[in-house]
Amino acid sequence: MSVSAWQSLGDNHASVVEIHGLWTVFQNDGGEQVVHQDLELTIERGEILSLVGGSGTGKTVLLRQILGLQKPTRGEVRVLGRAPAELSAKGAAVVGMLFQHGALFSAFNVLDNIALPLRELKLLPEELIRDAALVKLQMVGLAPEHANKMPADLSGGMIKRVALARALIMDPPLLLLDEPTAGLDPAAADSFCDLLRGLHRELGLTVVMVTHDLDTLLDLSTRIAVLADRKVIVAGTAQEVIAFDHPFIHDYFLGGRGRRALLALQDHTTETP
Amino acid sequence: MSSTAPRRSPDDASPRVERAQAGGPGPWMPRGRWTALAFSSRRQWEALERQLDDAGAGGAWDLRGIEQLDHIGAQLLWNHWGRAWPAQIELTESQKAVLDQVERFGARPPQEAAPGFWDSLHRHLAKGPVLWRVGKEGTALLGQLALDLLTLLRAPHRAPWRDISGHLYQTGATALPITALVGALIGIVLAYLISNQLRSYGAESFVVNILGLSLIRELGPVLAAVLIAGRSGSAITAQIGVMRVTEELDAMRVMGIPHGFRLVMPRVIALAIAMPLISLWTSIAALAGGMLAAQMSLDISPEFFFRQLPRAVPFSNIVLACAKSVVFGVLIALIACYYGMRVKPNTESLGRGTTSSVVSSITMVILVDALFAVLFRGIGFRF
Repeated sequence: MSVSAWQSLGDNHASVVEIHGLWTVFQNDGGEQVVHQDLELTIERGEILSLVGGSGTGKTVLLRQILGLQKPTRGEVRVLGRAPAELSAKGAAVVGMLFQHGALFSAFNVLDNIALPLRELKLLPEELIRDAALVKLQMVGLAPEHANKMPADLSGGMIKRVALARALIMDPPLLLLDEPTAGLDPAAADSFCDLLRGLHRELGLTVVMVTHDLDTLLDLSTRIAVLADRKVIVAGTAQEVIAFDHPFIHDYFLGGRGRRALLALQDHTTETP
Repeated sequence: MSSTAPRRSPDDASPRVERAQAGGPGPWMPRGRWTALAFSSRRQWEALERQLDDAGAGGAWDLRGIEQLDHIGAQLLWNHWGRAWPAQIELTESQKAVLDQVERFGARPPQEAAPGFWDSLHRHLAKGPVLWRVGKEGTALLGQLALDLLTLLRAPHRAPWRDISGHLYQTGATALPITALVGALIGIVLAYLISNQLRSYGAESFVVNILGLSLIRELGPVLAAVLIAGRSGSAITAQIGVMRVTEELDAMRVMGIPHGFRLVMPRVIALAIAMPLISLWTSIAALAGGMLAAQMSLDISPEFFFRQLPRAVPFSNIVLACAKSVVFGVLIALIACYYGMRVKPNTESLGRGTTSSVVSSITMVILVDALFAVLFRGIGFRF
């Protein structure tokens, strides 16, 4: 496939991810466990979509299927109009992924971790790669002095930032985040959200994230997709989702934590009209 | 902005630098897609580099012909301009935003001075002699083991018996097929080699003496120890090393579970029990192989082999072999645990620790075997 064909990928499709009739069945010893049943989901260009669901509803599995790391039992996943396996040959250039625990390469320092996808092209001059990696490092709010540190010497928040910089190095049109704010203190989580919002605006990214953090969820997402009963029961804005009548949504958003988060959101929006 | 770029060919998207009028004056006009993905073919990249060289850094630039500009493309232009804005430039709002970011985040980390000769010498000396450090830590490990064994004797009902039996199974029982195979093959090869030599002297019957003594006394125990060092030594180091990486070691310490008593001692005891048994097993397999080869090449019957063996090899050799194997087992387990505990929480250190563990335990086994050979040179021979 020629470069230009890959290039035009981005433009022609308004929807970045299309999932049709997806089934995921795990073979356990003896029985079968159906995780997804006839799941439908479309993710549009430029939105920040959050996947929400209880434990074991297959949110991370869905992310892995979008990445092409796992094959669905039945059904179709299309990313930018192509099968994920085709895309993964193009690697970080098409889909950036922030893994839950960063998944930084412990043998490389911060700069080499960020620069790795660019180096793998085996084409660009070293100086350009270094500078590009340094731009991404500073874009995620780290100082150039951190460039030579090893992943083992970083705090949890810094690991997330470095991992985000690595996911963004090729300016991919689609960014997947698995629990981006888990394990961060509130201040760090807030600044991470601001960072993501800024990057989303500047780079025109499409973001898909799995999160349990209600503040992050309500703060960032333009659309929320709720996974329950083995499918997406509702996908829409926060108001639409909360208005949907389902026991899971009731427990999730209208429980104690949900109420507090919603209240905080309302205060916030009334303060800044 | 794409409307300004005339569509000519399917290759239109490739990044390139053109002039408003070919060969004439006017601003340099980059065209196509300047994205990381577009720079992925060698041919295009080289063409682009040539064009950039022709264009030079200064002069007027018009970026409005660029279809798409990402940070990598912007960085390329920025570095080409010598990390400064060119004298004259025309560009769109979004292109300016990207280039602004490249300019704003262009700081480079301070260069760390390469360590000089005296620095590295000083750092090396500050660590102290390696032998001294290893000796100190090794002694501490041995002392801890002795204390743990005392604890075990004082309160046997509190000992981790399940761990010990589990390790005994993993290091001992599961090693039986591979040690038997290797032992039998070595026995066959050795018997063939020896029988060729003995036949020329007419001393065929001595094959039993030579095989029996060398296999039971030396080759069996050393062979078994080398195999176990490679098999179980590496496994122990990797296990404990991963426990360090996943903070399981810290969790144990917090719960008040001592590493020595629960991690080191069970492995040492298991290997101390399993090693002599495996060494005997390897010797038996090797003798069986040797017996087969002797029958085929020298016509020495198994009955004769069995009758001759006790006469040629005094029982003290088996005792010596077992005693040696106990020492080998303890050493392999201790060395493996030592390197496992020293693993730092990264993958590279884990790999290095496992390698060092196997290499040093095999070296140690051979050294100690030589020591035994010198110390017990008067025992177990019939002259």
